[in-house]
Amino acid sequence: MSNLSQRPANPVVGQAIPHEAASLHVTGRALYTDDLVQRTRDVLHAWPVQSPHAHAHVTGLRLDDALATPGVVRVLTADDVPGVNDAGVKHDEPLFPTEAMYVGHAICWVLAETLEAARAGAAAVEVDYAPLPALVTVREAIAAGSFQGAQPTLERGDIEAGFDSATMVFSGEFEFKGQEHFYLETHCALALVDENQQIFVQSSTQHPSETQEIVAHVLGLASHEVTVQCLRMGGGFGGKEMQPHGLAAIAALGATLTGRPVRLRLNRTLDMTMTGKRHGFHSDWRVAFDDDNRLVALDTTITADGGWSLDLSEPVLARALCHIENSYYIPNVRVNGRIAKSNKTSQTAFRGFGGPQGMAVIEDILGRCAPLLGIDAAELRHRNLYQKDQETPYGQPVEQADRLHRAWGQLTESGDLERRRAEIAEFNRTHSDRKRALAITPVKFGISFNLTAFNQGGALVLIYKDGSVLINHGGTEMGQGLHTKMLQVAATALGVPLSTVRLAPTRTDKVPNTSATAASSGADLNGGAVKNACEQLRERLATVASQHFGVHPSDVRIEAGRVSAIGSNADPLAWTDLVQRAYFQRVQLSAAGYYRTEGLHWDSAAMRGCPFKYFAHGVAATEVEVDGFTGAYRTRRVDIVHDVGDSLSPLVDIGQIEGGFVQGAGWLTLEELVWDESDRPTRGRLQTQAASTYKLPSFSEMPPDFRVALLEQAEEEGAVYGSKAVGEPPLMLAFSVREALRQAAAEFGRPGTSVPLAMPATPEAVFWAIEAARTGAFGDDLLVGETTLPPQPPADAPHMHPESERLAADAGV
Amino acid sequence: MRNTIDERGGDTARQLEGGPRMPVNLNGVPAPLDDADPHTNALDWLRSRGLTGAKEGCAEGECGACSVLVRRPSGNRSTWTAINACLIPALSLDGQDVVTSEGLGTPDDLHPVQQEMAVRGGSQCGYCTPGFVCSMAAEYYREDRHADPAPAAGDDGEHGPNGFDLHALSGNLCRCTGYRPIRDAAYALDSPAADDEFAARQAEPTPPAVATRVTAAGAEFVRPQSLGEAVKLLGETPDAQLVAGATDWGVSVNLMRARAPRLIAIDRLAELRGLTVGDQVVTIGAALTLSEIERGLDGRIPLLAKLFPQFASRLIRNGATLGGNLGTGSPIGDSPPVLLALEAEVVLTGQNGERAVPLADYFTGYRQSVRAADEIITALRVPLPLAPHTAFHKIAKRRFDDISSVAVAFAIDIEDGVVSRAAIGLGGVAATPLRARTTEAALVGAPWTAETVQTAARTLAAEGTPMADHRASSDYRRAMLATSLPKFFAQFEQEETAR
Ligand SMILES: Cc1cc2nc3c(=O)[nH]c(=O)nc-3n(C[C@H](O)[C@H](O)[C@H](O)COP(=O)(O)OP(=O)(O)OC[C@H]3O[C@@H](n4cnc5c(N)ncnc54)[C@H](O)[C@@H]3O)c2cc1C
Ligand code: FES
Ligand code: FES
Repeated sequence: MSNLSQRPANPVVGQAIPHEAASLHVTGRALYTDDLVQRTRDVLHAWPVQSPHAHAHVTGLRLDDALATPGVVRVLTADDVPGVNDAGVKHDEPLFPTEAMYVGHAICWVLAETLEAARAGAAAVEVDYAPLPALVTVREAIAAGSFQGAQPTLERGDIEAGFDSATMVFSGEFEFKGQEHFYLETHCALALVDENQQIFVQSSTQHPSETQEIVAHVLGLASHEVTVQCLRMGGGFGGKEMQPHGLAAIAALGATLTGRPVRLRLNRTLDMTMTGKRHGFHSDWRVAFDDDNRLVALDTTITADGGWSLDLSEPVLARALCHIENSYYIPNVRVNGRIAKSNKTSQTAFRGFGGPQGMAVIEDILGRCAPLLGIDAAELRHRNLYQKDQETPYGQPVEQADRLHRAWGQLTESGDLERRRAEIAEFNRTHSDRKRALAITPVKFGISFNLTAFNQGGALVLIYKDGSVLINHGGTEMGQGLHTKMLQVAATALGVPLSTVRLAPTRTDKVPNTSATAASSGADLNGGAVKNACEQLRERLATVASQHFGVHPSDVRIEAGRVSAIGSNADPLAWTDLVQRAYFQRVQLSAAGYYRTEGLHWDSAAMRGCPFKYFAHGVAATEVEVDGFTGAYRTRRVDIVHDVGDSLSPLVDIGQIEGGFVQGAGWLTLEELVWDESDRPTRGRLQTQAASTYKLPSFSEMPPDFRVALLEQAEEEGAVYGSKAVGEPPLMLAFSVREALRQAAAEFGRPGTSVPLAMPATPEAVFWAIEAARTGAFGDDLLVGETTLPPQPPADAPHMHPESERLAADAGV
Repeated sequence: MRNTIDERGGDTARQLEGGPRMPVNLNGVPAPLDDADPHTNALDWLRSRGLTGAKEGCAEGECGACSVLVRRPSGNRSTWTAINACLIPALSLDGQDVVTSEGLGTPDDLHPVQQEMAVRGGSQCGYCTPGFVCSMAAEYYREDRHADPAPAAGDDGEHGPNGFDLHALSGNLCRCTGYRPIRDAAYALDSPAADDEFAARQAEPTPPAVATRVTAAGAEFVRPQSLGEAVKLLGETPDAQLVAGATDWGVSVNLMRARAPRLIAIDRLAELRGLTVGDQVVTIGAALTLSEIERGLDGRIPLLAKLFPQFASRLIRNGATLGGNLGTGSPIGDSPPVLLALEAEVVLTGQNGERAVPLADYFTGYRQSVRAADEIITALRVPLPLAPHTAFHKIAKRRFDDISSVAVAFAIDIEDGVVSRAAIGLGGVAATPLRARTTEAALVGAPWTAETVQTAARTLAAEGTPMADHRASSDYRRAMLATSLPKFFAQFEQEETAR
């Protein structure tokens, strides 16, 4: 057992405790960025002028009327930017653009005494546009050859030989939509100029360090002149990894120019029309099975719909490539990836970060092909699961593949699947208007940032003379329970009760150069760092105690705030006494902690290596009932067995699993981004830009019978206290919902009916799937027994070279 | 009539005119409304007072993050009612009792609802939580909530053993938890303690509605004392806006920047709040909220009882009125198809007196009706006896709280196996809600058999002119017309067999 994963006796980690801020949440006392506005004097409010065109040159900007609007203080334009007019790290996102790239693109920003006045001022800004042709759909972008960024290929084995050896081949095309984050708290930043021109920005951001970096480069300042703080977020889900930066920069720019605090809060309409979403994808694919129904080859070209700028599209694409096979071993693989450039919002990180999109391709293939292969879909999936130490297409061994099999077995038992399948068959035999089905799908999800450099974390732990402990770390809290876990880690590592430890808000002046709280890595990286800092302190304190007890430091025990020593009869010391003694002995009572994930290597140009510290595994079984008259459906029961390692905080982890599952089900079945694809003047407009038209899962989508179990005997060697990351993987368990709907629709047709099902599988989509099943039409986008070659990249297709990898190369690392 | 007035001037030009405003009794403390103008919603007003527990998640009544409790009348008692603060004008709260999540409890002294939410993992990011807490507290205090250890079969688990109705939370969205822990918190609640101060308040009537007239920021907010006064005010100002539950008006104010020179609050006008069940007719006041009608009728009109749970959410139904649902003239409102199938009449009162119009003749075009500019819908009349076989089919993406893409209401009588009476109301398939007259004619006099239904279904599919939008394709809408009658027939057969 590694030092990192080892738990002391009676650890605070592993206890099922509520969220650290729960009592603040429930009483309305928890503060979010916009709640601070009431506590700040003389705040100005910002409002954007948004492009009504999907693509247009901005040829003129007249501000006179806006400036004459009562209450308007200033209009921010490109001319005001002292530093770099760009909101991203790729330098392809002008903050004040001269070319409007999508409907809703902010051209300039109005600052006013009230929100009302700012809106009125924005309406009074006159902008001249020269409209340009716009690409709105991913297909249009593909047809026009409009791509951006790298076009990586992930390859293993011999694809042609694979197809030649196959018994059965299929090919097809699959396009599916993205997803709006719909964090309940929209984007918000509040900036002010502090003492000595220090810029202080409170921002709802998952990545304070990068927000700081962008604010600094827009203002032409050094990073040490800018401090970014995030108290907490009302949800992030990846949507606040890159997208907050430009908004924070606008607020900071306004604050420097006016000398007054500036609040920039997007209301829901602005948030939905301006900020990036989960990428929709398109895929051309062909697949081969052997006579045992084992996958022998997969050849696919997947295109991420990136929107107007690159943002995080390259790493999202890389992760999609690395998850194309989900939990299935495929000996011969070729996956080409590319990123369409289209006139939409710049699509970005979203829980799963391309992983779900990659898996969607293989799960759709298996769901459609199983009936045509004459095999039960669950059996097809089970048969193709990884076996221990088989390698992924990029060459990383799946060391814990046995966990997939264990979870599958445990679920089959605990979910009583055999009996329920018989019940379902009986129900379907006796009901012609309603049909039920049960589907089971697995998840294997790689943990770590694909880019090795990001896999580091920092912390600062302070012990005050009275014994109280304050911890700072680089991670942000967005509801995922990171702070709760960090308190538990600190209490465990120091040997004090939870109540001794308090957490300070995340700030860039405490821990520098942090990575985004993303990729599910928050607890791994920051937990490692907090633990490291606490262990340094504990060691120093143990030395102090050893002198008191007259024993060797390694014989000192600190547990629940009581300090004792093995082999000493002296009375135990209280924690506070020990801290006092240390202080008077001039022992340093603060420590900076640091953690880097060991054993990672990744060649992004070749798309090979071991980019992940480990994989998280899970299996879900979902039962649905579908109404043949309308396509409306209900999820009846969901069973999940998921691998969180040795849980740091079971209540938090189960919450992540359930929440992730329902969010995934939302993406797959309900949430529908509809863009105006017509040639009307509203072309490119997001038509579902409000909660009334973009429907999130509500109570009606909660599985009434929802059983989540954590996989047992699942300690993870390489992570803090034996735990595993949990934020993203459960989202992908929701494929079981979509596949169950497909199977239920198939029940309306003859046995062996293959069913095309649009994604999201809305009631309407399910209705058309039922109609298809009734007629046996399995879709003209599917070829059986013959294949077409997916489009291949040109010889000079650009390789993957993430910005920071290039920096690392320049620095000679 | 809606009017987007020139917004310049905004708050800076606010002039405080009009008489003194009754303060709101906010978390037990009088809170003056001086800084609210007629278009300030209650949420913004609360937040401007530093009560930032209630949050804005959507500003259109969909997410419930802004939910707060208002003490509303219930007979001569009162009931804590959760509403969307983002929709109602702050001024409409004058003189009333309002409680927010901050007022329910403190971190050191959690309210039972807060306690259950906290310990069961009911909050993750916490942003939706204050709103959930308020919606849950309202259901906690519902006086006819009774423990039922074995909720009725077929209830879909939507009632807890403590009698908690999950629909009470249908207007609250959470993006983090997946809802299960919130449900468990709700189902774990006990009954309020004997000394519970909030429960005790429900024994008292609500403070009477006060006449109010406030002018600020170029608009006027009036709460008239009588129907006559309301009609006069409406007649005087052509662009005046009647405001009942504001569940429609509030959305326009927030999202479309709608502004009116005069708002006339009719939500508490006694003349619009009667509910009488006679021998010939049931009369429903136009300003009763849907929740009040639901409680008041208690299943007396089964077709309406089928409508209510599918109409928006509990939060919205606590504000929404039938007058407002017809007042918008929307072709996708859910009450018109039902009221058409019930062959209801609309009662209109204007300066020239009162008249009644069959609902089937009420709509004249897209968002147009026979209602004159100075007329107020005062009541709906549902004739008796009711047809015994009814159904309401709402086609939407989401089961709780969604707008219909198609809505079909059936009311049918069958005598000796022959259809003797049929009224079918349709929504979402034309510029107005409409009666499926051709289908009705095809059914009446025909035997109630699968063959009849099949033929009539084809007729029904051809009624209306459904369009495509982001909610549904026109093909799907037409298909849903085609399958609605067979679905109704199948349900009918099933119920008959069960009987
Ligand atoms: C989240 C949400 C969900 C919704 N879901 C549904 C749904 O499922 N089905 C559905 O049908 N609707 C739905 N609605 C729309 C709305 O709730 C209903 O139309 C409601 O009935 C309006 O009533 P109100 O009292 O709130 O009207 P208000 O907003 O007060 O008024 C609406 C309009 O009607 C006029 N008006 C009000 N009362 C009268 C009267 N007595 N006489 C003449 N004119 C009058 C007003 O002047 C105004 O123009 C939803 C709205 C929201 C915000
Ligand atoms: S803010 Fe969403 S319902 Fe009021
Ligand atoms: S806890 Fe985050 S939205 Fe509910």
